[in-house]
Amino acid sequence: MSTITAALGTDRARRLRAVLTVLFAGAVAVGAPFYFAPFQVFQLTMVLLYAVALAGLNLLVGFGGQISLGHGAFFAAGAYAAAVMLDRYDTGHLATLPVAAAGCFLLGLGFGVPALRLRGLYLALVTLSFAVFLPPLLKRLEPVTGGSMGLTVDKLQPPAWSGLAEDQWMYFVVLAVTAVALLLARNLLRSRVGRALLAVRDNESAAEVMGVRLSLHKTLAFAWSAMFAGVAGCLYTWVIGFVSPDSFSFVLSITLLAGLVVGGLGSLYGPLLGAAFVMYVPSVSQDLSEAAPGVVFGLLIIAVMFVAPTGLAGLPGRVLGAVARRLPRTAAALDRTPEAESAPDAEPKSRTESGTSATLDPADPAVVDAEPVGAPPRTEKE
Amino acid sequence: MSAVTDLLQQVVEGLGSGAVYASLALALVLIHRFTGIVNFAQGELAMLSTYVAWQLVASGMPFWLALPVTLAVSFAGGMLVERIVIRPVQGAPELTVVIVTVGLFIFVNALAGLIWSFTVKDFPQPFPDGAIDLSGVRVDWSTLGIIGVVAVVMGLLYLLFQHTSIGLVMRAVACNPSSARLSGIRVGRVLMLGWGLAATVGAVSGVLVAPVLFLEPNMMGGVLIYAFAAATLGGFDSPVGAVVGGLFVGVAETLTGAYVDVIGADLKVGVPLVIILAVLLVRPQGLFGRAAVERA
Repeated sequence: MSTITAALGTDRARRLRAVLTVLFAGAVAVGAPFYFAPFQVFQLTMVLLYAVALAGLNLLVGFGGQISLGHGAFFAAGAYAAAVMLDRYDTGHLATLPVAAAGCFLLGLGFGVPALRLRGLYLALVTLSFAVFLPPLLKRLEPVTGGSMGLTVDKLQPPAWSGLAEDQWMYFVVLAVTAVALLLARNLLRSRVGRALLAVRDNESAAEVMGVRLSLHKTLAFAWSAMFAGVAGCLYTWVIGFVSPDSFSFVLSITLLAGLVVGGLGSLYGPLLGAAFVMYVPSVSQDLSEAAPGVVFGLLIIAVMFVAPTGLAGLPGRVLGAVARRLPRTAAALDRTPEAESAPDAEPKSRTESGTSATLDPADPAVVDAEPVGAPPRTEKE
Repeated sequence: MSAVTDLLQQVVEGLGSGAVYASLALALVLIHRFTGIVNFAQGELAMLSTYVAWQLVASGMPFWLALPVTLAVSFAGGMLVERIVIRPVQGAPELTVVIVTVGLFIFVNALAGLIWSFTVKDFPQPFPDGAIDLSGVRVDWSTLGIIGVVAVVMGLLYLLFQHTSIGLVMRAVACNPSSARLSGIRVGRVLMLGWGLAATVGAVSGVLVAPVLFLEPNMMGGVLIYAFAAATLGGFDSPVGAVVGGLFVGVAETLTGAYVDVIGADLKVGVPLVIILAVLLVRPQGLFGRAAVERA
């Protein structure tokens, strides 16, 4: 143990630690469905599929600095695409996934083009009105969508060779899709596109002057983000086996945004925390009263924006950083945590992967950039 | 009834609902002018004000006394919201502020549900029943009343901004906050005042629309979408634009609902979406707005 701690500062050990963390998380994720009761496994499955939608929303809001109040609509579009294909054309479950993804990508592209010509504000307006418009539209298109009665389709069935129960099989399929989606989101952010997005978020005019094509990247980010929501919707249909317009009201869009903000904007594992939030907070607080989830969500969003703009995901780093600053210099030097030690030499490339080390030292300009929504009110507006 | 009177009838009804959209759009534009913020919670604040009015009337107060009390409460409430919720994020990136107003939206909506439950409540119609007949076109007293109240609110705001010293101060802050601060204006207080005014104007829209839509916590959600379309059409910086846009959206909504069979009553909520998209594609700054020029 002590040898590992001693070597933690080096790059190789850091990689080793990352691999160990991934292996551990993977082992927990694979073991979970054999340990929990079917209903709990179902809840975990829902957390995973919400995480896909939130990862998409995070691309747009956390990294792109745009805001969508209508991601529930893309979620719904993906869910209905899958349900209609299963219901009318009797395709297999797997065939619905690429269709839902591609359909939502194109839908996002279509809405992004007019909305993103201006500031992000208009995207919020357009997506909000789209989210409000979609449920009545789904009810109207009754011959295809089943109207307000919705559609009931087959859930994902485990193949005989697996020997798994239905809930376990669904969990593993959703886990696989989620893992791929999160990996995709992570790699996308490290690519040219991701860096362009970050530049646009931090200073639009400067990014444009540096040669970033604003409208192209903003629109693409929105389309990617809609695609993730569509994939999550498709998984929803697989898992629930039922879609109806009322499941995808405007509240869903707001809840997704709330979950993301609380989980942590601009953090890679924020979506997972946020998804757990979206899943468990309503079910726990609904026992108190119908309005309780809303009160909790509303207050938490405002509180998070005031005191912890990095959300739950960034909280440990912020707390650690605050403690490290408060401690007297000598004491801090004696028992510096490994993270604190590595913070000053944290290269910009590691910013996105580890929110904890990046938020330790606010004097570092790179760190200020890592703050997703601008925690310290910047005065550049005046 | 001839086709022409039928059309006029629809237009009159459209103007009635358009006046409500106009007043909520006016509230949105007021806040946007002062702070550059689009307040997504505006409709919910109006809904909360309407509940205050309902509570007062339900406890036995006559409507025309409850109204000024409600407006005063809304004014104070709006100032309080600015001070407590918005001031801490003033100057933060736009995304932060938008998310805070969305949080406020969720909170206020749920709060109303917590206090008054989600069951629909009957709101008293303040205007007399009946209608006047203008050569075949029925104009309800309530429609006339709504248009009249919104006109009065517009007139008062005009007088306030153009003919009082406080209005001059407010325009100075809206125009250039830092210069206003340098010339001795207490910008924070003026912003509070702006939010108070916006909440009051919003409350008017809530009280006017409540007898038609019935009172429940989600009442203003739809109205907010129409108000956004109205403000986008008129230009987010123009109070006149908000009113013109509101009336236009109201008429457009009623006419498409009545004459375009594919749309019908259930899909009318698509009209604001189409209007917003069309405005953004054709004239992004709106009819009366100025095109924004950005300097880094």
